[in-house]
Amino acid sequence: MEQETSQVTPIPADKAKIWKIWKVMLILAAVTAVEFIIALAIPTSILAQPVKVYIYIALTIVKAFYIVGEFMHLSHERKSLIWSILLPVIFIVFMLFIFLYQGSAIYDQLF
Amino acid sequence: MASTAVVVDDKNTNTWGGGAEPMKASYGKLMMWFFLLSDAFTFSALLITYGLIRFKFPAFDGDIGDFVYSQDYWPLPDFVFNAFPGSHAIGVDHAPLVFVGIMTFILIFSSVTMVLAVEAGHRMDRKAVEKWMLWTLLGGITFLSCQAWEWSHFIEGVQGVNPNGFQYTGVKLFDGSVFFGANLSMNQYGPPNFAALFFFITGFHGFHVFSGVVLNFIIFYQTTVGILERRGHYEMVEKVGLYWHFVDLVWVFVFTFFYLV
Repeated sequence: MEQETSQVTPIPADKAKIWKIWKVMLILAAVTAVEFIIALAIPTSILAQPVKVYIYIALTIVKAFYIVGEFMHLSHERKSLIWSILLPVIFIVFMLFIFLYQGSAIYDQLF
Repeated sequence: MASTAVVVDDKNTNTWGGGAEPMKASYGKLMMWFFLLSDAFTFSALLITYGLIRFKFPAFDGDIGDFVYSQDYWPLPDFVFNAFPGSHAIGVDHAPLVFVGIMTFILIFSSVTMVLAVEAGHRMDRKAVEKWMLWTLLGGITFLSCQAWEWSHFIEGVQGVNPNGFQYTGVKLFDGSVFFGANLSMNQYGPPNFAALFFFITGFHGFHVFSGVVLNFIIFYQTTVGILERRGHYEMVEKVGLYWHFVDLVWVFVFTFFYLV
């Protein structure tokens, strides 16, 4: 098998860079843990359910930012690439509000 | 034979031959990004559909201590996803979201090992790429196994007494029999749409994980036999990595909107 390995010598790892990757994972794990604490340990009498939902959405966006920005490396790409990915997402937000509004309108008709 | 390295000259100087890269990303990476954008629209459509149907049904507005499954309102996810393998055997009858939480951590972990594989690829470190791709594969397969259990438990259903001390009633059918568990037309947890959306959303995501595992395996294989090294770069690891992170990203949203809210 020895002759199978080629002469390519790998560049030694940069410890600081690898620590940065693990740090992102720790942030993601910590945010998920916070979501759990809010869901299970804090009763709705202290934190009303709608407030909880807004906190979940905010924390989810934080996680999405780290996954897309750091893991998928989008934060370090050209501005034109960043915007061509992010701008179309506006339509998703737009659709979300329309359909949730529609859902409550159907509810009002039914109940 | 492996010593005959092929130098690929992809420095195309001709603008119309693909030489100019205004976004400083290769064609393959850009197309992966735009594919993922379209995939994001598909998943958003599914999750927004969940939102619409969720809003169209009444929510449970009583005390949590009185919660029982009913066809009249949307179930609380805490009371549907509250088991893990062996939890009934050791006498734990209410472990809300524990298993889904473990699945979330598994997927985050396998995302990190993927980043480390990409990083090793930049350094042309074949051994490290192999190692981290193997960890990523392991994470993906573990996640799929967890989901298989989750599905079979959901389909099988629960009988006996619920955590609040009420008897599970199931769905009473016209012929007098009682139905427990779930299928595409009815389920004991709540309105029929609840199980249909569960199967559709987690199923669609699970299929993405499955195809991600297949792609990861192909890249792992190409690394071990030295194809990527002879090519002179590990960009394929990066492209498949983008897909894999996207699958993780979708799970973050599914976790919030299906299991937490």
